[in-house]
Amino acid sequence: MPDTVTTVPAGWALAAAAILGLLATFAAVLDGVFTARAAGAGPSGLTRPFGELARLMRQRRRTTVAADTLLWRIGSSGLLFMALMIVTVVPLGEWTLFDLDVGVIWFNAMDVLAWAFVWLTGWGANSVHSLVGGYRFLAHGLAYELPLMFALVAPAVAASSLNVGTVASAQADLWFVVWMPVAFLVYCTGVVAIAVWGPFTPALGSDIAGGVTAELSGADRLVFQGGRYALLAAGAAFAVPMFLGGGAGPVLPGWAWVLVKTVALLAVFVWLRRRLPAFRPDLFMEVGWLVLLPAVLVQDLLVAVVAAWRA
Amino acid sequence: MITHISFWALAVVAVLAGAAVFYVNSMARASYALAVSFIAVGVQVLLLQQNYVGVVTILMMVMEMAVMAVYMVMFMGMNPALMPMSMVHGKRHALAAAVGSFVLLAAGAVLIPWPARRDAPPADLTKALGEELMGPKMLVMAVVGAVMAATIVAGVVLAAHRTRYDRFGDDLRHRPAKDPQPGGVGR
Repeated sequence: MPDTVTTVPAGWALAAAAILGLLATFAAVLDGVFTARAAGAGPSGLTRPFGELARLMRQRRRTTVAADTLLWRIGSSGLLFMALMIVTVVPLGEWTLFDLDVGVIWFNAMDVLAWAFVWLTGWGANSVHSLVGGYRFLAHGLAYELPLMFALVAPAVAASSLNVGTVASAQADLWFVVWMPVAFLVYCTGVVAIAVWGPFTPALGSDIAGGVTAELSGADRLVFQGGRYALLAAGAAFAVPMFLGGGAGPVLPGWAWVLVKTVALLAVFVWLRRRLPAFRPDLFMEVGWLVLLPAVLVQDLLVAVVAAWRA
Repeated sequence: MITHISFWALAVVAVLAGAAVFYVNSMARASYALAVSFIAVGVQVLLLQQNYVGVVTILMMVMEMAVMAVYMVMFMGMNPALMPMSMVHGKRHALAAAVGSFVLLAAGAVLIPWPARRDAPPADLTKALGEELMGPKMLVMAVVGAVMAATIVAGVVLAAHRTRYDRFGDDLRHRPAKDPQPGGVGR
């Protein structure tokens, strides 16, 4: 596996966006299949996301009284923007779009944008249920964000670098997921949370008429929901260089391994949605601060001791 | 060239977004106008090749504005935060103070005899800046950080009207605690 990554010309950003789009579509199709199977409807789930796409493209946009349209649109399109920004620093084998020396912090800055965008989507509609959903997300955010930040610290400390490519090549001997599993699990929790997915769906809960998405319709809803799948995909892709050894693997070239690992982790994220109960925002706060945060801090300490001992 | 144009364009965005904070009529727009202003500054810092400082500025400011959104609805009396409202008060004095401090700072920035560069820039600008700012004072800063955290915790403990006796009973043996808001790990 190459130790260095090559920065490709900016035009390849379109290819990166296309790959992200394919991964997001895969996630949506997989979720459609799981939904159909849970409902006992057979294989019809395969076309479910495409039917939904056609429906939303044709749907007339719903308007609400005194909506803050500017912030609403920014919020609903923001998740897709975040996902696109995240994949710029993920090396695909030996190629990367943006070989930033602080790529890990870049991911962190982008994931924090979820706080702004999800809340703004809830705020913009000027609807009670949307706003309640927005605050549910922020309550989750107060619990997951710090553990997620400290989870990102562990691979960076072990590799002595904030550059994503360097972190990936530091795992030539042993993948980080093997000796920092707690950080990996907390990272995955954070990714699922920024995509408002699985256990973190109370912000979109049916008990508050869809929460943040209550008043979203047509293209806005499509971009918001597509953004959630894209964020799941981008989070899975970023986990590959951080915890899963980057492009390391037998036979296949590096870029193929990155895609294989991304698809595998993405499939697990999608599957988890039906396996985990919703985390109530008020109760999860204590879980975040009393379980996740201390656990990941102990993980960081162990990693730092090992890194210092090695050096 | 492109870097120069982007830098000045971002400067204009930062100033206009900063001015918008006082012009708009909703707390949400004011908060996020401020966030946009800070993001523009963060990207400017990125253009100065202080990558870490630039990205961290974006990270902190977006999170700060999100937390502000939590507090503005939680703590503002009668919830004017949800209604259109003016973002300024005490206009005349504020305007005078703002213009005065801007003139003072801008004059300082323009008139100060800036030193000329002596050598080539160091390889790691962020590290050099950090050492220049913090170098011999790192121990002090580390201690101050711990003291500040302890002060915040102590302040919250003193300000909270419920004490451990309310939570655990007079003999401190009541389990689980009597909390108005139950927690997820069942303490």
